[in-house]
Amino acid sequence: MIDQSSISSDKITSDLMPQKFGKAGTIWVSILVLLCLAGLFGYYRQLTLGLGVTGMRDYASWGIYISNFVFFVAISLVGSLITAIFRLTNVGWRTPLTRISEIIAVSAILFASIIIIVDMGRPERFTHIFLYSRLQSPIIWDVIVITTYLVLSVLFLYFPLLADLPILIKNSKAGSGLQKLYKFLGSFWKGTAAQFKITEKAVKIISVMIIPVALAIHTVTSWLFATTYRPGWDSTNFGAYFVSGAFLVGAGGVIVAMYVFRKAYKLEAYITEKHFDYMGKIVVMLALLYLYFNVNEYLVPAFKMKKAEEHHLMSLFTGEFSLLFWSVIILGMIVPIVVLIFPSGRKPKTAFIMGVLVVVGAWFKRFLIVTPTMLSPFLPMYDVPENYKHYWPTWEEWAITIGSLAGALLIITIFARLFPIVPIHETIEERQNVKQQML
Amino acid sequence: MVDLPKIIPQPQIPRRNFIKGALLAGLASSCTSNDPFTTAATEESVMASGEMVKLLSTTGEIIEVDKAYLKPLEEIPSISQTAQRMGIEGKKFVMVIDLSRCKNLKKCQEACNHAHFVSDAQNWIKVYPIQEAEHTAPFWQPTTCMHCDDPPCVKVCPVDATFKRQDGIVGIDADRCIGCRFCMAACPYSTRVFNWDQPLLPPEVLAMNYSSETSCPPKIGTVSKCDFCPDMARKGELPHCVSACPNGVFFFGDMNEDTVTNGSETVRFSELIRDRSGYRLMEDLGTKPSVYYLPPVDRLFPFKNELKPEEG
Repeated sequence: MIDQSSISSDKITSDLMPQKFGKAGTIWVSILVLLCLAGLFGYYRQLTLGLGVTGMRDYASWGIYISNFVFFVAISLVGSLITAIFRLTNVGWRTPLTRISEIIAVSAILFASIIIIVDMGRPERFTHIFLYSRLQSPIIWDVIVITTYLVLSVLFLYFPLLADLPILIKNSKAGSGLQKLYKFLGSFWKGTAAQFKITEKAVKIISVMIIPVALAIHTVTSWLFATTYRPGWDSTNFGAYFVSGAFLVGAGGVIVAMYVFRKAYKLEAYITEKHFDYMGKIVVMLALLYLYFNVNEYLVPAFKMKKAEEHHLMSLFTGEFSLLFWSVIILGMIVPIVVLIFPSGRKPKTAFIMGVLVVVGAWFKRFLIVTPTMLSPFLPMYDVPENYKHYWPTWEEWAITIGSLAGALLIITIFARLFPIVPIHETIEERQNVKQQML
Repeated sequence: MVDLPKIIPQPQIPRRNFIKGALLAGLASSCTSNDPFTTAATEESVMASGEMVKLLSTTGEIIEVDKAYLKPLEEIPSISQTAQRMGIEGKKFVMVIDLSRCKNLKKCQEACNHAHFVSDAQNWIKVYPIQEAEHTAPFWQPTTCMHCDDPPCVKVCPVDATFKRQDGIVGIDADRCIGCRFCMAACPYSTRVFNWDQPLLPPEVLAMNYSSETSCPPKIGTVSKCDFCPDMARKGELPHCVSACPNGVFFFGDMNEDTVTNGSETVRFSELIRDRSGYRLMEDLGTKPSVYYLPPVDRLFPFKNELKPEEG
């Protein structure tokens, strides 16, 4: 392995400067844009024809919009994990991962807010949430914490970016639109000691603040379910269960993003095998934790098999949803644990594949939290057409959902086009520190 | 016979006041032998139909007016949104459903659907075939909204679109509902339905102003459910399901007056519940429903499942 501390700061800057999209990048962006447009078309149909275009009906009155919302909220937790928790605990290797995880958090929480409006039957009455707010409703708590988290996350992305802006201004083409953007965002930043100090302080305050808020967004989101009587949701465990699941999907998401950025921008010298090794270990720990909560959530009620719970549990274990349920448990949790527990499993490529399994498993896991419960009401499903008793999303719902996921990826992609995805200033400083220590 | 006004309040019908006012105004302005109806009709150039109607004026005279000159007054007195949310003072509406009499005729459902423009797939009233355990006797169980005293749906609504009134009714304001469907997830009785598509309604219903007392007209993208027909109560009449049931399954009344009626029998609510072991659904959830059930003992009709056996 080459001595990384010997890379000059000019080399670091040129390595990490945002680059124009290559051929692969252009194709990637075009696919994302097309998926977003398909989603917009689906939403246009939903707006003109009503929620009747979805597969949701009176029993399954929440569908993949809600599970997708929970997924977005879950994955957004990663920003606070990597950035805040690692910062406060002085994890040295976090630097190249902080901005990746923070932009995932910002784009995910943004689309969480968008998708919840998509789920509304009357989106034009969105203002009613503020005009007639009832603080007793968990939805209002969610609105409050999600907005708070969004603001904190944007600041958390922006403040550490300030130190990079002078470098970006210096190295971008004079008079270009890009340079104007950088100047708009950070021309007041001169890099004085006082400015560094105040930024450092602000980042520290946000690091502390964002942790309870991040726990709150997912706990409150779990309460949207746990405050009802429904089998499968009526659980005192739900907050912790959701938070642990959110940490897992976030960590998996970061591994996937690390791998892709490393390949696309040739960042092998910055995002090293060591990072995959550490993140792999973290995923093992988080997957074990999530598995533990799953055992609590399913085996304890299954032991008692109360009448109301029976329909729900059996639909998961052996019924309608059993294939999906066991796939998620095995592929989304057990396989990643087994593979990543071995050092050879934590090599970039296998870690990446495990990360993909974790993220995809997590998406379907949210589906399994929402839909089977909706289809297990206390009174039997009766006196309704046959299609009311099952739920299968329509193409409009898939288009909107996939469009929203594509939209979140598009934001991340565009961000990486405009800004260095690995912080330049922090990396230079870190390498200099290492050099000084070696001397 | 039932003395309905005793248990259900009489509405304040402004008709008489209106006619008196109109007459006085008409007399004051013209002071001729012409009646105010004809004067007003001439001003608005209404064509006479030739059919005359005799009316008694406030001064005791009998006047003859052309039928076309008379404007029909709206039957339902308009009640403000605020008054609808408040509910009827001094009342606590309650329903008792006698399971020993139900034969699954579904006349209640039919009448309800007709009155509220409910689509067949989204009945507010359902008549469930219930068999609690393998060896227990099956019976029919009609369900309406339970109008809980501790309503889970009202608790979770973010915008106060569903609300608890002082007369015990849980209402919905479809002009405020944002369609988040949290109330549907919260209701353990699966009583709420959602207007997924534009409801198919006659144009005159579509043109009506929304009233949470009639739940009409239903609106796309909002939640609907059984409303206990407070519009009928204001008129001194029983809810549509109660009067439609030929077997007298449904009793409706006011808990404060301790009286319920199914239209032909009027009984003490407390005695009925005490003597016939009345109970409520899912008491363990603590929702405190306003709908009571009398157990299906000594059933009038044998349980016959006329429908094809349904799953679930």
